[in-house]
Amino acid sequence: MSDTLHEMTAAELGEALATGKASAVEIARSFIDRAEAVDGKVHAFLHRDDEDFLAQAHASDERRSKGESLGPMDGVPVAVKDVISVKGQPLTAASRILENYVSPYDATVVVKLKRAGALVWGRLNLDEFAMGSSTENSAYGATNNPWDLACVPGGSSGGSAAAVAAREAPLTLGSDTGGSIRQPAALCGVVGMKPTYGMVSRYGLAAFASSLDQIGPFSQTVEDAALLLQTISGHDPLDSTSYPSEVPDYRQAIAEKPGPLKLGLPKEFFGEGIDAEVRQLVDEAIQFYRNEGHEVVEISLPMTDLSIPVYYLIATAEASSNLARYDGIRYTHRSDRAENAIDVYAKSRGEGFGEEVKRRCILGAYALSSGYYDAYYLKAQKTRTLIRRDFEKAFEQVDAILTPTSPTPAFRQGERSEDPIAMYLSDVFTISTNLAGLPALSVPCGFTGVGLPVGLHIIGQAFKEADLFRVAHAYDAVHSFGRKVPKL
Amino acid sequence: MGESQEMDIGYVANLARIELSDEEKEKFRDQFGDILKYFDRLSEVDVEGVEPTAHAFPRHNVWDQDEARPGFSAEEALANAPAQRQAQVVVPKVIEE
Repeated sequence: MSDTLHEMTAAELGEALATGKASAVEIARSFIDRAEAVDGKVHAFLHRDDEDFLAQAHASDERRSKGESLGPMDGVPVAVKDVISVKGQPLTAASRILENYVSPYDATVVVKLKRAGALVWGRLNLDEFAMGSSTENSAYGATNNPWDLACVPGGSSGGSAAAVAAREAPLTLGSDTGGSIRQPAALCGVVGMKPTYGMVSRYGLAAFASSLDQIGPFSQTVEDAALLLQTISGHDPLDSTSYPSEVPDYRQAIAEKPGPLKLGLPKEFFGEGIDAEVRQLVDEAIQFYRNEGHEVVEISLPMTDLSIPVYYLIATAEASSNLARYDGIRYTHRSDRAENAIDVYAKSRGEGFGEEVKRRCILGAYALSSGYYDAYYLKAQKTRTLIRRDFEKAFEQVDAILTPTSPTPAFRQGERSEDPIAMYLSDVFTISTNLAGLPALSVPCGFTGVGLPVGLHIIGQAFKEADLFRVAHAYDAVHSFGRKVPKL
Repeated sequence: MGESQEMDIGYVANLARIELSDEEKEKFRDQFGDILKYFDRLSEVDVEGVEPTAHAFPRHNVWDQDEARPGFSAEEALANAPAQRQAQVVVPKVIEE
């Protein structure tokens, strides 16, 4: 256990609060001081309302002093990606088009966090509208990887991953459409988890691709990820795709050791193109499971290769439709060069959107346009069915699937920013799980020779988050690579 | 899908209601050529008789009671509007006189 408040896990902070070793105000001040000290280098935050943060902390301490604590999250800070609505706080989605937008309501996940007493703080950087894999596509400047400031933190939830890695927040929320939680978690050496589609309400999340988007947790440990997912999960009548089920007790689940498991290694994920050090560290993690008595078998997901074109067709089509709401009329930037209604749309969007967002909206409009719909969008949806079936077949044989999270460790700023396809390939191991709707997480599994973190990707079965956490915790409880603090 | 590589950028950008500069059009033309070539890999897949997937899990219509619930006041709803007057959003004229 760390003596420094800002280096503690959420579980440790909860314990310190419960035993009176720390107050919520002391905790909040510790994270504000840390952000003041290091965020100039990391740039994880786009905005911080420290006064509001401290006011929430005071209220938490007040509750506790009256014996009315709301549970293990009461007084624990959670910072959020700047696509999740918090009433009265800005939401830019890292875009110029929402530069002056203030959320009029709380996202359901934020309502749940506040009900649990968590201190909801700050707006974390991302690729504009969550489109990207490096957080370089932010209209407000890139985030830097805390392990090497010249490298990207991954993306799109780069601010959320970097904030946990730099110990500027014990817990953060991100969103994952094709790997946007897991890939930055791997590149920043923290735990990042995408729940099953439908486990967490999307109400109040700025939509990118609605059939793929999920909100999920970042943390230092799997235990903390379980705690945060516990808090934000559950059916929500405000999201018609939200799944009506009881939320299991995840922390209870991880307290049990997993019985002998069958773990699958998809041969298509272990081919060429994986960095040698990533391969070695992932192999060592797999060996751990063998040593623990679990069976590891080779499986096949033959459609893996096609998941990137399928994903980019579906995601751009959905984005093109979703982002139509940013039209210069009701709540966005409006161009002052516009002379008629069509002008308002085209000029406001031309001025307000960054390059990658324009690229994707236009690709999506093309995929949906008359004459190309069948060849592109419909074909992609049918191939999506085949990708889903691959996983269904695989899970007849195995309990969980292990892969690297990203084929490489963090790459350097600028290295891929002019080559969209190279950037799209960063997501090759994560996107098929979004297409299949499955839960998956990245757990840190070591460091390369130059000290960059590497992540092990574990894919679970639909709605079996408890099993997924149990498998991941078995490794994480012994190795704790996410507890290592970068020098800043 | 071969002919798709000749995307008319101006036409599609207009469909998407996004104004592009000449430099952007030039840059996107090359990039879209490469991206669409990459997408064309899908033409190799046999999807004969395969149902499309719109959502990973079956979705059913969700019914809700028709009950009044508190909503935003006009002031709250308009707080982010770029131009407003008399509790309404101001837009350019859309009907000719």
